[in-house]
Amino acid sequence: MTDLGATSGCGVVCAREAPPKFPSMCITSDRQLPPSKRCFAPPALLHILHPSYRWCALPLLLDGRRKHPATHQADEGQRAAALHLPHPSKQSPCTHAHMSAVQRIRGAFAVPRKGETYELRAGLVSQYAYERKEAIQRTIQSMTLGKDVSALFPDVLKNIATADLDQKKLVYLYLMNYAKSHPDLCILAVNTFVQDSEDPNPLVRALAIRTMGCIRVDKMVDYMEDPLRKTLKDESPYVRKTAAICVAKLFDLNPSMCLENGFLETLQEMIGDSNPMVVANSVSALAEIMEAAPETNALQVTPQTLKKMLMALNECTEWGRITILECLADYTGADVKESEHICERVAPQFQHANPSVVLSAVKVVFLHMRNVGGDLYRSYLKKMAPPLVTLVSSQPEVQYVALRNIDLLLQKNPDILTKEMRVFFCKYNDPPYLKLQKVEIMVRIANDKNVEQLLAELKEYAMEVDMDFCRRAVKAIGQVAIKIESATEKCVNVLLDLIASKVHYVVQEAIVVMKDIFRKYPGYEGVIPTLCQCIDELDEPNARAALIWIVGEYAEKISNAGDILAGFVEGFNEEFTQILTAVVKLFLKRPDQSQGLVQKVLQAATAENDNPDIRDRAYIYWRLLSSDPGVTRSIVLSERPPIATTISTLKPGLLDELVTELSTLASVYHKPPNMFLGQGRFDADAVQRAAIEEQQQNARENPIAAAAAAAAVSGAAVPPGNNIENLLDIDFDGAAPASAQNPPSAGMSGLEGMAGTPQRVESPAPGQAQGAANELADIFGSSNGAAGGAPTMQPQQPNLMNDDLMNGFASLNVGGARQPPPVAQQLEQDPWGSSNGQGSSSANKKEDSLLDLM
Amino acid sequence: MPVAASAIYFLNLRGDVLINRLYRDDVGGNMVDAFRMHIMQTKELGTCPVRQIGGCSFFYMRISNVYIVIVVSSNANVACAFKFVVEAVALFKSYFGGAFDEDAIRNNFVLIYELLDEIMDFGYPQNLSPEILKLYITQEGVRSPFSSKPTDKPVPNATLQVTGAVGWRREGLVYKKNEVFLDIVESVNLLMSSKGSVLRCDVTGKILMKCFLSGMPDLKLGLNDKIGLEKESQLKSRPTKSGKTIELDDVTFHQCVNLTRFNSEKTVSFVPPDGEFELMKYRITEGVNLPFRVLPTIKELGRTRMEVNVKVKSVFGAKMFALGVVIKIPVPKQTAKTSFQVTSGRAKYNAAIDCLVWKIRKFPGQTEPTMSAEVELISTMAEKKSWTRPPIQMEFQVPMFTASGLRVRFLKVWEKSGYNTVEWVRYITKAGSYEIRC
Repeated sequence: MTDLGATSGCGVVCAREAPPKFPSMCITSDRQLPPSKRCFAPPALLHILHPSYRWCALPLLLDGRRKHPATHQADEGQRAAALHLPHPSKQSPCTHAHMSAVQRIRGAFAVPRKGETYELRAGLVSQYAYERKEAIQRTIQSMTLGKDVSALFPDVLKNIATADLDQKKLVYLYLMNYAKSHPDLCILAVNTFVQDSEDPNPLVRALAIRTMGCIRVDKMVDYMEDPLRKTLKDESPYVRKTAAICVAKLFDLNPSMCLENGFLETLQEMIGDSNPMVVANSVSALAEIMEAAPETNALQVTPQTLKKMLMALNECTEWGRITILECLADYTGADVKESEHICERVAPQFQHANPSVVLSAVKVVFLHMRNVGGDLYRSYLKKMAPPLVTLVSSQPEVQYVALRNIDLLLQKNPDILTKEMRVFFCKYNDPPYLKLQKVEIMVRIANDKNVEQLLAELKEYAMEVDMDFCRRAVKAIGQVAIKIESATEKCVNVLLDLIASKVHYVVQEAIVVMKDIFRKYPGYEGVIPTLCQCIDELDEPNARAALIWIVGEYAEKISNAGDILAGFVEGFNEEFTQILTAVVKLFLKRPDQSQGLVQKVLQAATAENDNPDIRDRAYIYWRLLSSDPGVTRSIVLSERPPIATTISTLKPGLLDELVTELSTLASVYHKPPNMFLGQGRFDADAVQRAAIEEQQQNARENPIAAAAAAAAVSGAAVPPGNNIENLLDIDFDGAAPASAQNPPSAGMSGLEGMAGTPQRVESPAPGQAQGAANELADIFGSSNGAAGGAPTMQPQQPNLMNDDLMNGFASLNVGGARQPPPVAQQLEQDPWGSSNGQGSSSANKKEDSLLDLM
Repeated sequence: MPVAASAIYFLNLRGDVLINRLYRDDVGGNMVDAFRMHIMQTKELGTCPVRQIGGCSFFYMRISNVYIVIVVSSNANVACAFKFVVEAVALFKSYFGGAFDEDAIRNNFVLIYELLDEIMDFGYPQNLSPEILKLYITQEGVRSPFSSKPTDKPVPNATLQVTGAVGWRREGLVYKKNEVFLDIVESVNLLMSSKGSVLRCDVTGKILMKCFLSGMPDLKLGLNDKIGLEKESQLKSRPTKSGKTIELDDVTFHQCVNLTRFNSEKTVSFVPPDGEFELMKYRITEGVNLPFRVLPTIKELGRTRMEVNVKVKSVFGAKMFALGVVIKIPVPKQTAKTSFQVTSGRAKYNAAIDCLVWKIRKFPGQTEPTMSAEVELISTMAEKKSWTRPPIQMEFQVPMFTASGLRVRFLKVWEKSGYNTVEWVRYITKAGSYEIRC
């Protein structure tokens, strides 16, 4: 028995004279220990004990009154007889002295004398071991069902000291669950824990230290120090590996104590343990401490530790391997040679049966091979392909994670899996989430060699039953058409076949896709009549808008364009912007036919429409048309820049970050970890940092937008700590800013706010936005001069750029001050192609109409 | 970090909690309510196995009539978490003797709690190997030597096992007869277009091993795979023997196999666990011998009649035969009446899965039985959409045949006592997802 009083820091007075055998121990000991060791604290001592000690005493007394110690040794047959014997402790003065206290406590835990809790209590204090065990089991069962059985705490606790390991585990389980609600009573269990941590059986020692760490009560922490120190040096590796994790538990609860006692140093030494599992758990614990408190420098990979980890890698369990691999992935090699060495040692893990080990190994090699030379790099890239393919045959959920990760790897290295297209063909019984993800990957892999195979497959999918999947397949056909020029004609033919199927959602999606094909390749006007035949079936704004755009764009080639558009004018609502532009285009191309129509539409748009964007746009058209048709023509009908791709891709900066997060949640969500982790860690500073990084990123890619942003920033000093996003909609009219909700929800980008806020063009742009507005005017002027297409924009980024301009035009005061939004928003809006199907194509439409304007 | 699961829940299909175990206190107790509200009771269920609600993420998996949900609040390793659940279920199954469902959980909840305590600590997976856990977590419960003398041997031994260098094998095993059974089980995955061209075809094979060997034997396995043979002939500077060699696309091994050695020497050497285990898995896409060809013709005669003709050709050796052949031909939901003519086996209409099911118990090689069926449909109200035909599916087993042509060349056993072992090898090819579009 240990003298805990000394270490606990309370009840010191008595601890020196007489070691306070924990009273809880006494209950235990009166059953388990020989009589000589049975020791009761003298009543006088109880008074000077810390209040928590006094608590400990009470159950003992209750217990003592009820039971005869002999019954515990006696076999079942003798029990009945023994029951009537007087109990020695009844004569004990302490019982009488504390009778009133006992009554009080009993009152506190009083429960009805009938019902389940009463029965359980009766069982828990039964004289028969089997009844007690059964009652504990039933208590746990009730606990699982969500019933509150915390009232039984003292009664369950009495069963803690038992030779039956099963029963002990159940009591421990109960303790872990309700410790929070009864922190004081938990102390009762301390002595048993301490004693168990010195048990000859390593299983018991490990169980004790494991459970102690799970009882997350401050008072318990005080007693953990000693057992933890001993178990960390235990002879049994099983105990050591449990103790290693326990350090992480303790650190979570009380970091300073962990540091003071040098547990971190002990853990660091344990990386060199002879047992691989101890190594793995020590690394886990250190990694966790490191993440919680980077200033501790808990996990420093040195050449020595690296060597030890690589040694343990081959020997430990699959889970241990993952731990070590994760740690290696976070480590940046000191030089090329070290990176080479790591790759060499980790690559064999590609052959492990556990897919998550494989994925972690891929991550390590992928990160470290960047430092090694060309040939070796290519050979590892090649080695990586077969294991990645094998991942696709694991359980659907694991497969899903693998596919999301493969998606990332493909964005980074597009040609690693070009030969493996067939593996990603969807099986009929695949869950929908897998099918969608597989299509995504197939489109990325597609090249001119395998495109035919892919198209046949996609066509097959487009005829399946699941609507979302069919749409995705149709969209994929469009993406392939735009990605691979040589296959466009085949794609168009497949799309025409699908349109002929008359399945309404397939037809609508196909029309949206056709519109994108028109935006890239000329020469497919021949299919327009076929598209126009479907007019009556189009009930989605997206598809209607796409068709209207096509009609407007090719009005000169469609003899009845006027009639078609007139038909749409009747029911216009969501796609009104499109109709407006299309009618103006029609008028410019065939003024004779459509004068009436254009007047009617402009009239309706300026007089009847509630949407300020549409009103303003209509006014602009109107004024342009009435001033000089030639200028109007050059603005509205100017040439469009062809689109580069409709496949969504992540920003290079974000992609690089996500590659380091392979196989974690971030790689599944395709978001950086700080975007989805708990609110507590999601602070404004992080958002700010991300925004600034994003801005720098932009500066590299897109000089014009960055210039505009920089102008805005220099004009308006951002108060520190203020959300940078407020710049997005500087409010001149005194209306509430659109981004008043702070931080914005993921689905909403600042843009939407701007589009919806009624802001007038006439508003003067004062002070801070002035520079930006000028900047914008410059941009506008230059692109206008260069016949429409913004000449400086890079092919990858036209969407974002046009978007900027468009907003600038729609509400000048806002567009100029546009700031690159935080990553979240970028994510939401940038990959227009696929991240949000509905929103994306309407956004594209906006872009077009903007170009029409110019 | 590997997983760092905050909590694990077992729910039944209605969302009642069967088992819950909190590993960390960074998630509230109401997490399971969030799951119930936002995932189980919405259409979200089944759309994605990873979902974020608030600051927490939920990973869930359905196994028979139970949902297993893991809640995390950190950027956890998802692949590892799912694999952990898969392994845990396998472990529970081996304890329950097969079934894992709501009843089994309710009946064994004490055991499950005990196992959950052992296989995960503070959200980090620990040892999940059933062979080892069974040493010290027994159904009846191990008696602690609390009151007995500290010189208690067997249990401390068990903990050495839990963490030992050869963590998967006990020392001191003795068998009267030393035997090894090898089963090579291949499943053929096929996707064939209606025109008979192969869209996708691969074989996933596994080598199952059952060991009854004394002591600590060292085993070495040789297959007729290309890389292994080349390496061997290199080492022995002797030309490769003629004969069929197989190119394995990828192999994965049980953790007992020394991966570094495989990587450098291309030999499969290992100290096997006792009893049954899966030694390796492999994948082959080139040179697959398809055991069956299916030639379907389905004609829709007007709106109410269909004619289905299916010919199945077995292309393996005439002396071999396939067992348990089942061919499922999908028909529309509104099927009313069917009539069959078969040259072999029996056929019937199964309304539950909307399929014509044709079963042939014993199917000899080099034969081609046919089935022709007439299907009458109820003419329903004008359905705009035509019936989209799901693929024909096929099940079979062909003993002593490997679709890949893989053979075991040798299995060497070394043990310091130098006993003789008897090795048994069996081959079987099964259908994986064997689909033919029609």
